[in-house]
Amino acid sequence: MKDRDFGFATRTVHAGSRPDPTTGARALPIYQTTSYVFEDTESAAAYFNLQEYGNTYSRIMNPTVAAFEERVANLEGGVGAVAFASGLAAQSAVLFTLLRPGDHVVTSSALYGGTVTQFKHVLGKLSVKLDFVDPDDMDAWRAAISPDTKLLFAETIGNPGGNILDIEAIAKLAHDHDCPFMVDNTFATPYLCRPLDWGADIVVHSATKFLGGHGTSLGGVVVDRGDFDWSNGRFPVVADPSPAYHGLQFHETFGVYGFLMKLRTETLRDLGAAMSPFNAFLLAQGIETLPLRMRQHVANAQVVAEFLSAQPGVVKVAHPGLATSIYRPLVEKYLPEGTGAVFCFDLPGGRQAGSSFIEALTLFSHLANVGDAKSLVIHPASTTHRQLSDEELARAGIATGTIRLSIGIEDSNDLIWDLQQGLDACESNS
Amino acid sequence: MRVKLVNLERYQQPDVIRRTLTRLRVAVVGLSGNQLRASNFVGYYLLRHGYDVVPINPRESEIFGRRCFPSLADVPEPVDTINVFRDPSVVPALAEEAVAVGASCLWLQFGVISEQAAEIASAGGLDVVMDRCMKIEHARYIGRMHWLGFNTGTISAQRRTPR
Repeated sequence: MKDRDFGFATRTVHAGSRPDPTTGARALPIYQTTSYVFEDTESAAAYFNLQEYGNTYSRIMNPTVAAFEERVANLEGGVGAVAFASGLAAQSAVLFTLLRPGDHVVTSSALYGGTVTQFKHVLGKLSVKLDFVDPDDMDAWRAAISPDTKLLFAETIGNPGGNILDIEAIAKLAHDHDCPFMVDNTFATPYLCRPLDWGADIVVHSATKFLGGHGTSLGGVVVDRGDFDWSNGRFPVVADPSPAYHGLQFHETFGVYGFLMKLRTETLRDLGAAMSPFNAFLLAQGIETLPLRMRQHVANAQVVAEFLSAQPGVVKVAHPGLATSIYRPLVEKYLPEGTGAVFCFDLPGGRQAGSSFIEALTLFSHLANVGDAKSLVIHPASTTHRQLSDEELARAGIATGTIRLSIGIEDSNDLIWDLQQGLDACESNS
Repeated sequence: MRVKLVNLERYQQPDVIRRTLTRLRVAVVGLSGNQLRASNFVGYYLLRHGYDVVPINPRESEIFGRRCFPSLADVPEPVDTINVFRDPSVVPALAEEAVAVGASCLWLQFGVISEQAAEIASAGGLDVVMDRCMKIEHARYIGRMHWLGFNTGTISAQRRTPR
């Protein structure tokens, strides 16, 4: 007999968080502790040898963080998850786990600016080779893969161009070359799209964004589908005996959990970017309302995008949910419930128009984040993507007059009223 | 990705797994004395959690300080669960032995996939679990797997351990 397959909304509230067996506490307890008392010396040895699931030190594991991890793993359909202090920490931990000097990564060019910087500079210092490709161009992906390629990477919904990723096609290409495919699912969240269901091997999130939803807490998380064959001969870093654990072979010993065990008990242990229990509590709390919030985010973003498309002072609205979007077939396949709430539009007046627009707003917060319950606005060319060259900006689909919006869950007519103020200011200044 | 030739879901039923986990006498066939092997991890874990582990390995005389038997037929006392870490090709014969010794369940670990063995054991009245790890399933339903962020797939608002 099968256990019941609970629905997504039920799992957002319950997954990972059963009543505390000791106290009966129904809310997720915040285990604000650095370390844990061992039952006896043999148990301590069993924990450190990884023979037993046990708490040792909160840099490596913590019961509150674990509840958040299990919740995200459950919603994404993975075998487990490991949380980190931020999305970039999560991403870098995967890179540090998988890559060695001389390895090669193929990545979409339509990425969050912080990811571009991380890839270019950190991977460069480690002598890992890197190729950026247009995520919409399957031939470019194929051409970029070399015998040294160990990872393909892209975002479900590209930041900030709104590219929709053909996850299934790129996953197949990666697997044809015995490579894992990692997807940043921050903008879609598992409510709108589950990349693991389409063949991706690893999902990463900046949980800071829609998962939390409140803009109070940084966090990142890595989810693994669990069936990539790390013992295919190309990943001795995962499959070979580990000198850090007396020759333990993670993939052979832990099977589908091997990669996550390695990620936690080696990379997280050694790099140290652990999530705090309090942040895990707030992020897990946020996830409880994910379906409700995402429905409102998506509906509001659609209304705002349609409003902007109808304005003469706006030249381009890169919202993949619009009927005119070139991504319609991919949206129908991967994101039928909506394409999220972060998108860009262009003001014809360049940098000057961008700042006039932002300064005339009342309700939108001008800041460098997305995925808050509050509506947010930013001018990427002067902020999030400032470190990019003009050529890189163009490759990421950003013009000097591009404005990025993250649409919140306010009343949509108030948002439109506010954006109208911005557009009026551009007109009077031009 | 693993090619699924056998309908594994049929042999991964949660109620069968939970029922088997309540029976404490477990013969581990192919248990290695090497601390780094998966079978040793599982045997050690089961022992820690109160299972009466019976090592079966013709090349060892003692593992975890417990007498090691060359085959199932050599075990003098009855056993409940036959937990198997062997090549799939030898598993049908093992299933015959499991039926002969009157075990309750044939449990085949990750990658030990044999439809023939499953049919022999089922016909002999045994429960069958296949391509599942006994340590992980114990940790999922009874133990502490959720402490390390793994997806246990269990949802409950009850304070008691799920049955």
